[in-house]
Formats: sequence, C-alpha cells, structure tokens
Amino acid sequence: MAATVNTRKLARAMLTPAVVILFIWMIVPLLLTIWYSFQNYNLLSPENTGFAGFMNYKYFLTDPAFFQAFWNTLTITLSVLVITVVGGILLGLLLDQFIYGQGIVRILVISPFFIMPTVAALVWKNMLMDPNYGIFAWIATRLGFAPVAWLENYPLFSIILIVAWQWLPFATLILLTAMQSLDEEQKEAAGMDGANFASLFVYITLPHLARAITVVILIETIFLLSVFAEILVTTGGGPGYASTNIAYLIYHQALLDYDVGGASAGGVVAVILANIVAIFLVRLVGKNLEA
Amino acid sequence: MARAISPQKKWTFTILAWVVALILFFPILWTILTAFKTEGDAILFPPAFLPPHWTLENFVTVQTRSDYFKHFFNSMVISIGSSLIGLVIAVPAAWSMAFAPAKRTKDILMWMLSTKMMPAVGVLVPIYLIFKNLGLLDTLTGLTGIMTLINLPIMVWMLYTYFREIPVDILEASRMDGAVLWKEIVYVLLPMAIPGIASTMLLNIILAWNEAFWTLNLSAANAAPLTAFIASYSSPEGLFWAKLSAASTLAIAPILVIGWFSQKQLVRGMTFGAVK
Amino acid sequence: MGKIVLENVQKHFGTVKVISNVSLTVEDGSFVVFVGPSGCGKSTLLRLIAGLEDATGGRILIDGADVTDLPPTKRGLSMVFQSYALYPHMSVRGNIGFGLKMAGMPKDEIRKKVDAAAATLNLTPYLDRKPRMLSGGQRQRVAIGRAIVREPKGFLFDEPLSNLDAALRVNMRIEIARLQRSLGTTAIYVTHDQVEAMTMADKIVVLNAGSVEQVGSPLELYDRPANLFVAGFIGSPKMNLIGGATAEPYQAATIGIRPEHLIVSRDGGGWAGTISVAEHLGSDTFLYVEVPGVGLVTARTPGEVSFHAGERVMLQPDPARLHRFDKQGQAIRG
Repeated sequence: MAATVNTRKLARAMLTPAVVILFIWMIVPLLLTIWYSFQNYNLLSPENTGFAGFMNYKYFLTDPAFFQAFWNTLTITLSVLVITVVGGILLGLLLDQFIYGQGIVRILVISPFFIMPTVAALVWKNMLMDPNYGIFAWIATRLGFAPVAWLENYPLFSIILIVAWQWLPFATLILLTAMQSLDEEQKEAAGMDGANFASLFVYITLPHLARAITVVILIETIFLLSVFAEILVTTGGGPGYASTNIAYLIYHQALLDYDVGGASAGGVVAVILANIVAIFLVRLVGKNLEA
Repeated sequence: MARAISPQKKWTFTILAWVVALILFFPILWTILTAFKTEGDAILFPPAFLPPHWTLENFVTVQTRSDYFKHFFNSMVISIGSSLIGLVIAVPAAWSMAFAPAKRTKDILMWMLSTKMMPAVGVLVPIYLIFKNLGLLDTLTGLTGIMTLINLPIMVWMLYTYFREIPVDILEASRMDGAVLWKEIVYVLLPMAIPGIASTMLLNIILAWNEAFWTLNLSAANAAPLTAFIASYSSPEGLFWAKLSAASTLAIAPILVIGWFSQKQLVRGMTFGAVK
Repeated sequence: MGKIVLENVQKHFGTVKVISNVSLTVEDGSFVVFVGPSGCGKSTLLRLIAGLEDATGGRILIDGADVTDLPPTKRGLSMVFQSYALYPHMSVRGNIGFGLKMAGMPKDEIRKKVDAAAATLNLTPYLDRKPRMLSGGQRQRVAIGRAIVREPKGFLFDEPLSNLDAALRVNMRIEIARLQRSLGTTAIYVTHDQVEAMTMADKIVVLNAGSVEQVGSPLELYDRPANLFVAGFIGSPKMNLIGGATAEPYQAATIGIRPEHLIVSRDGGGWAGTISVAEHLGSDTFLYVEVPGVGLVTARTPGEVSFHAGERVMLQPDPARLHRFDKQGQAIRG
C-alpha cells in the first residue's frame, strides 16, 4: 500500500509526538551524563569541583570492581537466556501435549512472570534459601546433606536462579504459543514421511520457533542487562563484589558513595556496552521479524 | 489431531506437567500460605505446609505498620496513569507506522526499541538531579511520567503488530465513506483493535506495577508504590516471615489475578507478531 | 451528475511507472469497465480516481472540478472492495449507514435510507447481524448497499466478484448491472475477467502495462480490435493469431481469426490439419487442430458435431472476419 500525500502528512504528524518524546528522553539525560562524567562532582566533597578530564573513566575502568561487574552482568544475562530458552522449549514441548487440566497448568506456569522483582527476591532469599529455616535447607537435610547458605556461598548462582525463575514462564508461554501455531498438517505430513520425534523437532519445530526465540531473547536481554532489584534486596552486590553487576555498581557509586562524576562515567560505559549489544540484537531482530 | 493418544501417554505427560507447574508455582503458593501463619509457625523446622493456626493478623499488622493501601493506591495511579498516557501517544504513532509506512518506518521502530536497551543506570544520575531540581522526586507525577517513557517503545511496538493485522481495505473503505482521520481511528480502527489495545494496556500495567529500578530510586515515603513498600521489608533484623509474606501477597495479588484472567491475550500480544 | 475525466494521469512507484499517461472520459451514467491482465495497473487507476493513491502527474476531474489533490472523503465517490472491507464490529445496518453517519445525517433519516437500500438488496432480514454471520454473497450485497446508500457521484468497483463462486458470480453480475442502470449512477468497474467486461460494460477500457490499449463498446472491441493485445485478450476462446508465411498472402505480419469464424469441414477448402483435442460442451464444440506450418488452431462450431480427436479436417477462415496486424501489432484497416 502506498499512502497518499494527505495521509502521509497526517501520519508524520501523528508519529512526531512519540518520536520527539523518546528522543528527548534519550538524548537529554545522556548528554548530561556525559557532561557529569567529565566533572569532579561528589556530593560528599562539594569543594572539589571542576573539569576532571578522563579521571572518572580511568578510575571507573581500572577499578577491579568494574571487571567483576562486567563479567557478572554477562554471566547473569547469558545464563538466564540459556536456562529460559532451553527450559522454555522443553516445557513448551511438554505443555503442547495432551494434558488434563491444561488451563490450570498454564496459569500456574505463567504466574512467576507477574511477580514483582522485589517480592520474588525477598521470598527466595528468606523462605527458600535461608540456611536455617528455608525450604531448600529442609530438602537438603531430608536428603542427608548439610544446608547450604546459598546467598553467601553462591551469590551469583542464586541470583541467576531467582531471575531465571521469573523469566522462564515468559519464554515458555511465548514458545508454546509458537508451537501451537505450527500447522498440524505439516507435522502429520512429516510423520507420514517417517520422521520420528527428534527429527520432527529439529527439522520442523525448531525452525518454526526461530522468530519466537528471537523475540524472547530480545525482550529478556532488555531486562536482564539491568537486573537490579533482585541484587539490591538479596545480596546487596556482595559478598565483596561477587554479585555486583554494572547496574548495581553504578547505583552504589551514585547513591551510596555520592560520587556523581564516577557514576556518570560508569553510566556512559554502560550505555556504550548496551549499545554494542543492541546493535547485534536489532540486526538479529530486524532480520528475523521481517518476511 | 487425528492420531489417538494412548491413555498411558496422556497420564505420563499430565503428571509430568503438573509436577513442573507446581514446582514453578511453589514459591508463590508458599508465600500465600505463610501469610496466614503466625510468626512462630512460619519458621517451624521442618516447615509446616499448611498453617497450623490460620490467622489474618499479619495483614492487619502490615496495613497499620506500613500503610498498604497508600502504596497500593500509588501503584494503581502510576501503572494505570502511565498506560493511559502511553496509549494516547502510542496509538497515533502505531497507526502511522502500520498504515502509512514510509521508508524509515522500520528504522524508527528499531530505534524506539533500542532506547529500551539503554540501561537505566546510565541516566540515573541526571534524571535524579533533574527530578530533584524540578521537585518531581517522590511524586506520583514524576513516577507516572518515567513509567510512560520507559514503556512507550514496547507499547508502540505491540500496537504496531496488532494494527498490522487489520486489513487496510477496511480503513480505506471508511475514508471512501467520508470518515476523516480522527473518525477513522475512533469509529473503525479502535473498535477493531480492542483486543490488541487491551492486552497492550495490560502488559504495560504489569510492567509498570512491577518496575523496581526507577520506583526504588526516585520515590521515598510519599509516592512509593508497592515495589518500594516491599523493599522496606528486606531489612535483615529479626525474622518476620509471616508479615513479609502477607505484605508480598498483598503486593502481588492484584496483578496476579489480572494476569490469570488475561494470560492468553497477553501472551499472544507479547509474541510481537513473531507468531502468526 | 458524475462525469469523470482523466487527463494524462501518471503514477510512479519510485522508478516504476505503473500508469503512464492515461487520458479517459467516463460519461455521466455510463458503466465503464477497466479490464486487463493482473499487474496492468487497472486497480491502481481505480485507486487514483478514488483518491486512495496520489497521481504523480496529470489531472482528475469529477463534473469539471479538479479533484486531483482532494482526499477520498471529498470526492463524493463510493467504492466496493474486492475483500468487501466491511466493518466487522458493526451490524449490517451500521455498515450501510456509516457513510451517512459520517456525513452527519439525522438518525431517523439514516434509518429510512438504510431500510430502503436493504430492501433493494434483499438484506432486510439480516440488518442486525454482524458481517461474520453472513455468507459471501450477502457480504457482497452489504458492500454494495454501503456504496449506493450515499447516492454518490460514481461507484468504483474493484474486482468485486472475484471472491464468489462461479454461479453466484453470474447472478451478482446481472444484479449489479441492473442496479446501476436503475440508479443511473456512473460506475467504474475493474476486473481481469473479460466475460464480466463484455457482459456488463457500456464501454470497456483495455489496459496493459499501465497504458490504455483500446477504449470502446464490447462489440467494437470484439469486431475491431485495435491491436494484437486487445485481439488476444477479448473473446473466449482466444482469437487464433498466426504469423509467418500464412499471413503473407494477406499483406500482414500477423493475421487473426476467431475460433467461431472458422468453417470446419471434412473436405472443404482452407488449412488442413489433425484434431488433437475435441471438447464437446453440448452448446458448442471446441476443436484444437494441429495445422502443419501454422500451429495449433482453435475452432468453435455451434451445437454438437461428430468430429473426434485424430480426424483430419479442413479449416476455412471467413475472409470478412479476418483481422490483419502489422509488424508493430497494430490493426491494418480497410
């Protein structure tokens, strides 16, 4: 369809508010962040002001905490992506079968997605992972093991577990919906051709899921790169920096150390890193969502 | 499906699916059950599955201690307000991209999405300072605005995918029938897109309700929504799991119920056109 | 009221010329059919007239007024879409009355007009139903009702019958033609089906690759095709077009003879050939005859004849009905 000049003019007018608002929302804070990142600006030492050059960057990038946070961010994002996509496919395949009470099962499975991160983190931290009274501790003792202090000993793993629990339902249901949209006749035809379950999955189901998997990866990445509340509530980034990701590190610098300049430098670094990821993802999505 | 499935297979899958579903749901179930226990029963070891002494006391305490209803009200205002404002901005934008696409439409859509990729922490400092200067810190106005902005790209995208499923013929028919643009949108497009708009709105409400970065950092006593209310229960001193559970139950219940009723619609919308 | 004039109308999509320099006059009250193969630009031309597309060049006049830059809402035309494009959330009544509602007509007047239109189209029992509860033919009627109720200056039909089954198509064809005559409203009708064009039109516009090949009444096109394209496009089965040595004696690059203008005999004059397929339709018999040096020739004989595949027959062209074309494919007159 080609629109007429009249329509196109209107269309531009109707698109403008959204574009302008988002542009301002993107550009103004970003420019300010860049500006602050070159300033000496610490709320605890108001007398020390002025141009800082690249000091803030130097300080931020050479801080061992940065590297730890960088790897933690990547670890959280990739681990959760792998767990939820693989788990989502398996669970989707299971739910795609005939099941008594499928409606209720669906509702149970999607529920974690509706839980706010702070609640999820608190519940896991206290009632599940607590080494003295938690359910995991009880299971461990029943099986004859010593209870584990999850958050102290395996902080990053614990956070990955919590976040994966929140996002697995999303992946599962999106992938399940995609599976259900697969043409039954196509499956039957493949069955007639002698395809067994495995080859049916590899040659028919998986290619059909490509677009849905893309969407899951895209949406989850947006949220996973900036996991925050879960860390804030459970480990506070510790012990040490063991479970600090970049989001939490900058938060820590800005609002706990009051180092606006340093936090801004960190912010700029985070934006650059996110943009690198975004370029990859947008390419991937752009390719996969067309057609 | 024409193929017959053996009863044995049916029951195997059923049991397997229920076990997995119950494991995933367990933390929520456990929270709700604990909310009805006394503090003593909540930390029994080995744990008591059902409350040995059912009580509503925790809910009362939570309300008197931290004023649940005020935070609930804040959450409502922020999530519904941001969804409505978002719709007003996103519907025209999505209309324009879906029905009058230009060469740059795809790029604009992708650009909008990429603003979502920008880490909130990257701009936390300036936003915090701007809010401070404008007196928006800890106000519902400020939080609603922020929530509108961060969810706008997703709203536009979702509406766009819904709108694209509407045959353009029908809109053209309304133009031939003499409908000017706003009438075309109000009388023809919106009624046809109600399911899409509803699920867009729902997803936005859920995302805004659960958003925990900006709400935690930009609100204090006054405008704090439920995310911040719950965070106040994270302090380590003493064990008060029953109250924590009661507070959690109260915080998640509204969205959980809405989510249950709308999950089919919602999931379909969230596939963003990846599933036809 | 409803004379539509196109002056040198052009439409380019990027560098692709979809319509090149079309000039045309559609007289008030006439039924004009745009016909051509798919991709010839006939639907685009209709959408240009509707105002759903912008012309790249040229002018469009309705009753003398230049509407080239007016949006569809201000052109006073109504359109029936191939997909019907009914409003799925409105009842039949709502669909038909929508245009009147947009025009701000009082409610009881809308009701009266919708009732009248529904009565003409036998839709009265369905007025409160939603489009999805109607059959294809009924939906088609609603789309037509929506077009007529506004008493427009002209109707635009974009392949309106292509989604109907064959039997219904014939009925609706007759119904549309009758309705248009009784209303006396100008109609432009787009189709790829030359039978529809021949049966419905006062005037046919044959389009090919974005240009007008010929304009004329159905019989003019049948009797005097202006070029090879029209000759091949109008008429069913298609005209036999024969070039080479066979055409030379007629001082033409190509000669054309319609299947019904060949006299078939066992021992008369003309071209000798062998029947490869014989189709017996009862009313007619189509013979596909392999003629050495000429090619496969189609012949049509009325009624049932006892020719069968494999037989040798003679084909004698009726000289008065022979069409001659030059190297450029243009008809040679006289």
